[in-house]
Amino acid sequence: MNRLDELEAQSVYILREAYTAIEPMAMLWSFGKDSNVMIWLARKAFFGHVPFPVLHVDTGRKFKEMYEFRDRYESEWGLNLIRSGCPPIEEMDPGLPPAARSAARKTAGLADAIKEHGFNGIVAGIRRDEQAMRAKERVFSPRDETGTWDFREQPAELWDQYKTDFPPGTHVRIHPLLQWTELDIWLYTRRENIPLVPLYFSRDGKRYRSLGDEDITSPVESDASTIDEIISELMITKTSERAGRAMDHEREDSFELLRTQGYM
Amino acid sequence: MTENTQGRTETPLVKLVVVGHVDHGKSTLIGRLLYDTGALPPEKVAELEAVSSRRGMETEWSFALDAFQAERDQAVTIDSTQVWFSSDKRDYVIIDAPGHREFLKNMISGAANADVAVLVVDAAEGVKEQTRRHGYLLHLLGIRQVAVAVNKMDLVGYDAQRFAEVSREIVQYLEDLGIAPNVVIPLSGRSGDNIATRSQNMPWYDGPTVVEALDGLESSLRSESQPLRFSVQDVYKFDERRIIAGRIEAGILRVGDEVLFSPANRKARVRTIESWNSGIAPLEAHPGEAVGITLDDQIFVERGSIGSHVEDAPMLTTVFRATLFWLAHESMSLDKTYMLKLGTQQARVQIQSITRVIDTDSLAGEESESVARNAVAEVVVRCRRIVALDEYQHIASCGRFVLVDGYETVAGGVISMEGYPDQRSSFAVHSTNITSVDHRITPASRAARNHHKGGVIWFTGLSGAGKSTLAMLVEQQLFNKGYHVYVLDGDNVRGGLNANLGFSPEDRTENIRRVGEVASLFADAGMICITAFISPYQADRDRARASAGDAFKEIYIKADVETCEQRDPKGLYKKARAGDIAEFTGISAPYEAPLSPELTVDTAVNPIDDCVGQIVGYLENEFGVSATARKAAIKMVE
Repeated sequence: MNRLDELEAQSVYILREAYTAIEPMAMLWSFGKDSNVMIWLARKAFFGHVPFPVLHVDTGRKFKEMYEFRDRYESEWGLNLIRSGCPPIEEMDPGLPPAARSAARKTAGLADAIKEHGFNGIVAGIRRDEQAMRAKERVFSPRDETGTWDFREQPAELWDQYKTDFPPGTHVRIHPLLQWTELDIWLYTRRENIPLVPLYFSRDGKRYRSLGDEDITSPVESDASTIDEIISELMITKTSERAGRAMDHEREDSFELLRTQGYM
Repeated sequence: MTENTQGRTETPLVKLVVVGHVDHGKSTLIGRLLYDTGALPPEKVAELEAVSSRRGMETEWSFALDAFQAERDQAVTIDSTQVWFSSDKRDYVIIDAPGHREFLKNMISGAANADVAVLVVDAAEGVKEQTRRHGYLLHLLGIRQVAVAVNKMDLVGYDAQRFAEVSREIVQYLEDLGIAPNVVIPLSGRSGDNIATRSQNMPWYDGPTVVEALDGLESSLRSESQPLRFSVQDVYKFDERRIIAGRIEAGILRVGDEVLFSPANRKARVRTIESWNSGIAPLEAHPGEAVGITLDDQIFVERGSIGSHVEDAPMLTTVFRATLFWLAHESMSLDKTYMLKLGTQQARVQIQSITRVIDTDSLAGEESESVARNAVAEVVVRCRRIVALDEYQHIASCGRFVLVDGYETVAGGVISMEGYPDQRSSFAVHSTNITSVDHRITPASRAARNHHKGGVIWFTGLSGAGKSTLAMLVEQQLFNKGYHVYVLDGDNVRGGLNANLGFSPEDRTENIRRVGEVASLFADAGMICITAFISPYQADRDRARASAGDAFKEIYIKADVETCEQRDPKGLYKKARAGDIAEFTGISAPYEAPLSPELTVDTAVNPIDDCVGQIVGYLENEFGVSATARKAAIKMVE
């Protein structure tokens, strides 16, 4: 097996363990490259099917290309899509820096969706290489009733023995892409021919490397207009992937605060 | 350009764990390694410098990893972190495992997945408690490729003498464990000596830098030459296919192979290897692949089954030896039941005995009554049902496990079967050169003569549920109706056929196996054979069913444990409550109620005569033969 085969096999294994143990469960779908890979892996794991709902926590502020992508592939991939709204920014903690406060809407929207549908597990496409806080994550990561992440008391995760039994009231985040890097995602997208939102490709010398809400995501300088060019660019770049995500850089601990409160 | 990037997918990814005593500089070494190999983005370096100067220090490389606010403030790594870097030769993912004793659980979680390790030792402090403990855990986790980094050489004036002392001490310890470290490197994480570039400060050292040493370590490879192990995760029926999904742990699985599923011992051939969006259908599957297969026969397979080839199957056992590390706050208890998770198998287990607790400082073993948090111990584990396993030394991924108490993972360990037999012999056919001879009399002609078919009527239920009473009453009524019928009862069989068996789990299983085989012979001979045994394990009853085939009818004699205890016809519950009987079903040993019995009679609710009537009616319906069918069959014999 080459490296992509190994990553794929590991993620497939994780998705199946989650599907066996956690019910009901949903997968987050944000139409970005990572969550598309995640849906693809689910179809690999379950032989063409995605046997649980995919959840779009809609901030209402995504790019229009992303909404178009959603509408097209929801039916093409045979997904059971649940759309869930987010509360207005006025209801968010005013103590947060502006962009983090905006991002917090998504956390609140997710919490609402979990409550409404009674999900015990949420599959999220975070990766350890994205951000140092995420590097500390477990594949199966418990949250308490309020969605809080207790990073001081994380469960032991030995070999592939994921912790899949939880007391009532615990909610689990499952992270099948934890071990992937940004480059791996692109190499796999190319190999498998997975569709993408066109915003990733360069227009007028700029492209989006990471897609979030329109108001708090900025493009990076780039001429890469094909997957091959993006891959070549990533192999030499030193700019971090989330450089265009405003909420990561406002304060030294912004991201830690967001995450302990339930942000992905 | 495409060619170049394509090559990258083939570059091996080596998982590297960095371990060592708290404050010996693991995170600093890694931060520096990232910086020197160009893995840190410039804004990250700027952020590090800013954060460090805000705290009034020089650039603190460990901040690259210690992302948590709490970690920065206390300067202690709380959890393992993962970061990536590349040498000219290959790609690495580094797992930085916390050294602090409090976080052993996190260190093990990080280290358990590593291929190679760097053990960091402070040149000034030398080998400390956690250095030895981590060295021991590397040994236990099976990581044999180890580089030792003697860090903070700048603090001992780059002294060759001091390096030699520390080096001798750690190498001696590791060699006692059976780990021969590949290399020992003097370095300084803080000032970058011997990380990616050769240090000018230690001209006396002519060995490799850290990066060179890492490139020289062999990353472990999954072995295709080992016997096949396919661990079943689940069975899917999303469409017309019944797909058995799982992972190849070792060996190669090919379309057409006959696969034996343990512990249920069912065999079938692989019809297809299923996949989605992979072009042509694969004909074989290799170690590490998460695959799905379909079989040519719809045998019973479930999560936890281990597929193998018929020869070279895993061992079957209810008992094994383990070396384990205890992670829970609460000490290990011999009175408690834990959940064993071994691959995808689960079983309730008890720690039967503690052989010794290992002092990781001196490697000496001590007898002990208990195993406390963060201790390593050798124990004997007793399972409530048969599990399929391999020794850790043989096939690692089928020989390691965790124990769960409630919702918490309390231990991880590796398996040895030293002194314990493979119990497959109790289940497998040993006789060879057997050719079964066909009878000239068919079951149909026997049924015609007897006016009924032969069958195994398997009663199961708690002690006191009424199995024996009902069996004798049913036998009497059927006999009066002209049936050839006989009851096999627990205590009667133990007087003769099974006189050599005790009450250990193995002996109980063997007791039931023999009863099942004998009952099946009775059925073959055309008789109705009623068995009245608690037979608490579903697996044992399934085996009896497999032996008798369609003639097997499972009848659940149901009564709750309170009712049975009130009845207590043999005074056994009283003894069990007093602790005079160990492992008494329903009290201190499990009873697995049948999932889909052919018939359930509830003796707690219905009077005994009604229950007898219910059973007799059912049996007449199932086994009685009509006059027309009888005539037709007798003609055939003539």
